[in-house]
Amino acid sequence: MPDAGGTETLLDIRDLRIEATVYAPGEDPRDVVIVDGISFKLAKGRVLGLIGESGAGKSTIGLSSMGYGRGGVRITGGEIIVNGRDIRKLGPRGLRKLRGSEVCYVAQSAAAAFNPAHKLMDQVVEAALRHGTANRREAEARAVELFRKLSLPNPETIGKRYPHQVSGGQLQRVMTAMALCSKPDLIVFDEPTTALDVTTQIDVLAAIKDAIADTHVAALYITHDLAVVAQVSDEIMVLRHGKMIEHGETRQIIEAPRKDYTKALVSVRSIEHEEKKPATQPILRVEDVTAAYGGGVVRVLQDVSVDIFPGQTLAVVGESGSGKSTLARVITGLLPPLEGTVSFEGRPLPPRLANRTKDDLRELQMIYQMADVAMNPRQTVKTIIGRPLEFYFGMRGAERDRRVAELLEEIEMGKGFADRYPAELSGGQKQRVCIARALAAKPKLIICDEVTSALDPLVADGILKLLLDLQKREDVAYLFITHDLATVRAIADSIAVMYQGKVVRYGTKTEVLTPPYDDYTELLLSSVPEMEVGWLEKAIAGRRMEAAGN
Amino acid sequence: MLDIRQIPIGALLGLIITTLLVLSAILAPLIAPYGIGQIVGGVWEPATSEHWLGTDNLGRDLLTRMIYGGRITIFIAALATALSFILGSVLGFTAAVVGGWFDTIMSRLVDLLMSIPTLIFGLVVLSVLPSSTLTLILVMGILDSTRVYRLARAVAVDINVMDFVEAAKLRGEGRAWIIFREILPNALSPLVAELGLRFIFAVLFLSALSFLGLGVQPPESDWGGMVRENKEGIVFGIPAALIPAGAIAALSISVNLVADWVLNRTSDLKGGRGNA
Repeated sequence: MPDAGGTETLLDIRDLRIEATVYAPGEDPRDVVIVDGISFKLAKGRVLGLIGESGAGKSTIGLSSMGYGRGGVRITGGEIIVNGRDIRKLGPRGLRKLRGSEVCYVAQSAAAAFNPAHKLMDQVVEAALRHGTANRREAEARAVELFRKLSLPNPETIGKRYPHQVSGGQLQRVMTAMALCSKPDLIVFDEPTTALDVTTQIDVLAAIKDAIADTHVAALYITHDLAVVAQVSDEIMVLRHGKMIEHGETRQIIEAPRKDYTKALVSVRSIEHEEKKPATQPILRVEDVTAAYGGGVVRVLQDVSVDIFPGQTLAVVGESGSGKSTLARVITGLLPPLEGTVSFEGRPLPPRLANRTKDDLRELQMIYQMADVAMNPRQTVKTIIGRPLEFYFGMRGAERDRRVAELLEEIEMGKGFADRYPAELSGGQKQRVCIARALAAKPKLIICDEVTSALDPLVADGILKLLLDLQKREDVAYLFITHDLATVRAIADSIAVMYQGKVVRYGTKTEVLTPPYDDYTELLLSSVPEMEVGWLEKAIAGRRMEAAGN
Repeated sequence: MLDIRQIPIGALLGLIITTLLVLSAILAPLIAPYGIGQIVGGVWEPATSEHWLGTDNLGRDLLTRMIYGGRITIFIAALATALSFILGSVLGFTAAVVGGWFDTIMSRLVDLLMSIPTLIFGLVVLSVLPSSTLTLILVMGILDSTRVYRLARAVAVDINVMDFVEAAKLRGEGRAWIIFREILPNALSPLVAELGLRFIFAVLFLSALSFLGLGVQPPESDWGGMVRENKEGIVFGIPAALIPAGAIAALSISVNLVADWVLNRTSDLKGGRGNA
């Protein structure tokens, strides 16, 4: 257990146990333990990172420090001591006093957490006014000061805007200001940067870190990204299935993890992939494609040209809004381009989906980011995988079932899954079924649209390994759309970096990832958090130096 | 399979009452004690062992009339609902999937129909057209289909933009597959809930039309018509009009209870396995 440094203990959680009742279909309701036997102390001014995959209970622990249980969750054992008193013994009135004044919460999706009908300033100062810690003028002055500290643009006037009038990264910082405004002792950050682009994430991280240091609050920082938590926290607790795996100083966890699970987390994305040389004949060639939505009004792609070679992977990287997914829509024929052509194996593809032949469609398959909405929830796995077999190859009955079973073997799931519905699968299994559905068509090219971004790191790793294996066996090419550079390093043969609808850098993986970089690629590469303590300071310092040099 | 103990009590009650009413409607000629137009006693006689519910305004057996009336009410309402559903949901789904001009024309047409109050529109059309069961069913079905159309279209528009529908389109599936295999199963639960509700509205609409004299024509009579026949009795403290009125209420409520329960079951994403 790390030493609290002799400073005053702010939050003391002892043997916390949290349960919920699960109403599983076809079974009697039963109680499950979500958090089991968690204990830790947090001193003033310290930041504890809670890390774990989804379902590890990290958010539940975070919220419990406000005496709150989400959706039928009950705190059934242990003590939660904030500022010397057990908040489990406080009534609703006492809790109301505590929340928003002593303990504040920063949610993952700021866009969903702000009320779109009120101005930012009104929402930022609300808690302070409600708890009477400040009058309106003081609170607003403090808010402006916080906006400045969080390096928001126009700190004096940004409070007059509505939530939709600022960007996602700014909104996340405003939410941090909201939490800090009532001068709390403890802030719970629940995945505050997960929904942001890497280039935005680094600014928000730096702002949060500075604000924590300036105001001497303690914080619980919840995330699934170990590299992020390594930057902001003093100590880290690794959780799995509601139990503590390991707890220690950040440096020790990152550099010398003791438990196997932590080691796996730290070494994730260690896939070695040997880059292949481009072949002479590309399987898919995109030439000078310009595309727009709204009948030509909003241009989202500008003169994009890329080649994909048989059995290789082209990774398309960029932040949200860079046109990556639009490129996929153009290639699949969902969005006919204004100019330019897409050719497949040397022959031009009709721009519209409706004019393409069944074989064109078969050879070009797609895998989506959100596996749960990419499968019809009312079809069984057998129907989902079997339909392309039936549709493209006319397979029926026993022949089809046999092939479905083979495909299930290929994606490392047993044929026992054939009769399950998507809702009965885990996130990783769902994505595997989607891969099997694409494979069923025997395609030559699969477009993978952010296929691992919704998954936990270890699960995502499994999916990437499977995709690489399949590429070796079936000689299928991938167009891999992602914003995650670690994924790109793991699987790409060539890379196209996109920014504002244009390809700003394109070539083999080695070419693209070797300096000298163009400005955007440089920014992108330097924004990806590395699993290294102190990385954030270095990156920010590097950036400031560069800004000063210009 | 379905375990009777898993059905909630409200749904069970609704199921029993609905089943009884439907059975008595189907078996009317077998279980009715007298003929439908047969005059068996005095006007508005009270309940006796021969006439369990007494007699009506012309001295016909009220129980017999109730059983036959229920048959007509349920028959017409069920067919009108079925018509409105087939018409409304197929057109609604098609509008959502096809989009463009088809959607615009259909939707504006439906808006036009919906802008006229249903009862007034029904009254006008029925007073022009010959009063037969068929016209009644057609008028009720078409008028009601506008509501189903709106719901089906709204639900289908949402489903139509889901990735699995896009995946089906990319596979090259035809419209029929997309409508009936991808969208319909996912739109079923709101539609089933609406089905129960629409059936009740059809019963009420038919009763209202008959009460106003434009629905089922004498000597046949549905429950709404029976309220009309016996309404003068209320002044004299004779409850004959209240019995068909009560039956309308009982049918409406019990069908609603069943529809609610079906909604619960079908909205389950595990193929309705278990889940009470």
